[in-house]
Amino acid sequence: MSEQGIIPAGPLEPPTKAMLIEMLRRMLRVRFFEERASQMMSESRLPGALHNSIGQEAEVVGACMALRDDDFMTGNHRSHGHPIGKGASVAPLMAELFGKATGVCRGKGGSMHLARFSVGGLGESGIVGSLMPGAVGAGLSACLRRTDQVCLCFFGDGAANCGPFHESLNLAAVWRLPVIFLCENNGYAIHSSAAQTTAVADIALRASAYNIPGLIVDGQDVLAVYGGVQAAVARARAGEGPSLIEAKTYRYCEHSEFSKPFDPPSYRDESEIAAWRARDPIDTFASHLREAGDLSSNEFESIRASVRAEIDAAVMFAEESADPEPEAMLRDIFV
Amino acid sequence: MSEMTYRAAAVHAIVEEMRRDSRVFVMGQDVQTGAYASVLQEIGPQRIRNTPICEAGFYGAGIGAALTGMRPVIEGAFSTFFYSAMDQIVNQAAKSRYMFGGQASVPLVIRATVAYSVALAAHHSDRPWGLFAQVPGLKIIVPTTPRDAKGLLKSAIRDGNPVLCFDDMTIMGMSGEVPDDEYTIPLGRADIKRVGHDVTIVAIAGAVHHSLAAARALQEYGISAEVVDLRCVVPMDRQTILESVGKTGRLVVVDPAPGTCSVAAEVAAFVAECGFDSLKAPIVRLTAPNVPVPFSPALERLMYPTSGSVEAAVRKLCTN
Repeated sequence: MSEQGIIPAGPLEPPTKAMLIEMLRRMLRVRFFEERASQMMSESRLPGALHNSIGQEAEVVGACMALRDDDFMTGNHRSHGHPIGKGASVAPLMAELFGKATGVCRGKGGSMHLARFSVGGLGESGIVGSLMPGAVGAGLSACLRRTDQVCLCFFGDGAANCGPFHESLNLAAVWRLPVIFLCENNGYAIHSSAAQTTAVADIALRASAYNIPGLIVDGQDVLAVYGGVQAAVARARAGEGPSLIEAKTYRYCEHSEFSKPFDPPSYRDESEIAAWRARDPIDTFASHLREAGDLSSNEFESIRASVRAEIDAAVMFAEESADPEPEAMLRDIFV
Repeated sequence: MSEMTYRAAAVHAIVEEMRRDSRVFVMGQDVQTGAYASVLQEIGPQRIRNTPICEAGFYGAGIGAALTGMRPVIEGAFSTFFYSAMDQIVNQAAKSRYMFGGQASVPLVIRATVAYSVALAAHHSDRPWGLFAQVPGLKIIVPTTPRDAKGLLKSAIRDGNPVLCFDDMTIMGMSGEVPDDEYTIPLGRADIKRVGHDVTIVAIAGAVHHSLAAARALQEYGISAEVVDLRCVVPMDRQTILESVGKTGRLVVVDPAPGTCSVAAEVAAFVAECGFDSLKAPIVRLTAPNVPVPFSPALERLMYPTSGSVEAAVRKLCTN
């Protein structure tokens, strides 16, 4: 990558110990939320589909934690992690998976659309690439309203090949908007490998086509993602425009729990999955914190136990919640 | 009152709203050198934004801006360009409020010219209000006079929802009186453009003017036609239609769009369901055939309802 294509490392503030622990907590929250949801789906307790991001927690949480509470975020069908990463409480998210009235979308969105607007979410799109222009608009809005908010745009490697990617990056670049395009490159668009579908090995290379910085980060390293996004956020707030960051990551699960029965058996090698699992983002980060003296084994166990308790409580809340009233079908169509 | 064209009245509405509310801004191709050139200095290039030719990109940006507190007006040029942003309009603008359980609102206006009858061939000449009326979550206005254009557009900009405005090119150059004082016209109310008692003509877009001409000609034959300008496709003013048919007992629906599953079809079906007892004769629809618009004026002029075809249909209906 050319020098101009690299985001300069600014005077970044290292995360405090409290932030490090919060990162770990949110990563565990994403994982336990999805593990529990998958289990419930296998027991036919949940309707619809589940697109899990287990294995991708570091890029989700690292990126979100580089934002302020009042910053915006757009996402996609692999949506569960995004609001959790941005700090949303899990009970209304879990209730949404059940289609309950207490769900974050009152039961009208479901798993692919867990957008929590109160933490800055602007939508989670079931259509690949479809919300990238929306992220540009949020950046434009911040400029027009003269705030220094930014918008983090999550998209996958699949979206990097569709039209809105090009239109969005060009528009954000030509208007120098405060948008951070974060490619969650998990290597596969459903069952097709990036090598089969994408003309470049690194999506971040495409930044040069828009005259904006591009950066590749290790998506399994929460601090690497945090640092990269923090630098891009600093540029954006300073009025220097958008950046493209590619987090190399991996999903352990299939594309979705819905498509599982139709998944071909051999589109990914077992050895490939094993190699990524060996660099598990949560285990790796916990080890790092232990070695740095920021986390004792007891603390780790106690965090795990408290997150499990949150998920248990969320499931109980969801199961005890009522279904939407029939009249709700006709509500929320217009303001 | 001031005399001005539809085209000018529409721009007046948007400029007045930009002056009134700093959240309102305009995006589109060449807007700085086009319709808004005279106010560019006053309003500023931040709020009168020239875009690249990328409908999905800038329509979607409008949606993102609307979700975060702005009130964008998208100048979409030709309404067939909407199709390049179909996913943005249908999946994002229309569904965001509902799918996210009321957390979101998308106060966005997208307007574009409907350029039929001017020999621009099939890629520029659709009349797609019916197509978009199939999308829950969109409001749709189709003004027919300078006064209506200004009042409806102001309401659309102040509305909290996505509103598509279709500007019929066959009437954009027409002049009419527009009040000088501030006014708005609420969305969802049809306008009885001519009162009559023998037959109700419900018309859309340029067909309203053809229907008014027909109604004048029909006087000679002793037929008194009421012309209802639908004006707003969504929400549709069903009450006004029903009351008019209740009075006249006859209905002709005139729509320059293709007839199958069209707005004309909806009006006819609704009256058949809810006003059947008032009807003295079968409902008549005058629409375009289900073909793309041909380039040759010799063919295109055969496509759409005219004052002559409306007059003939009404005479046949009233004399049988």
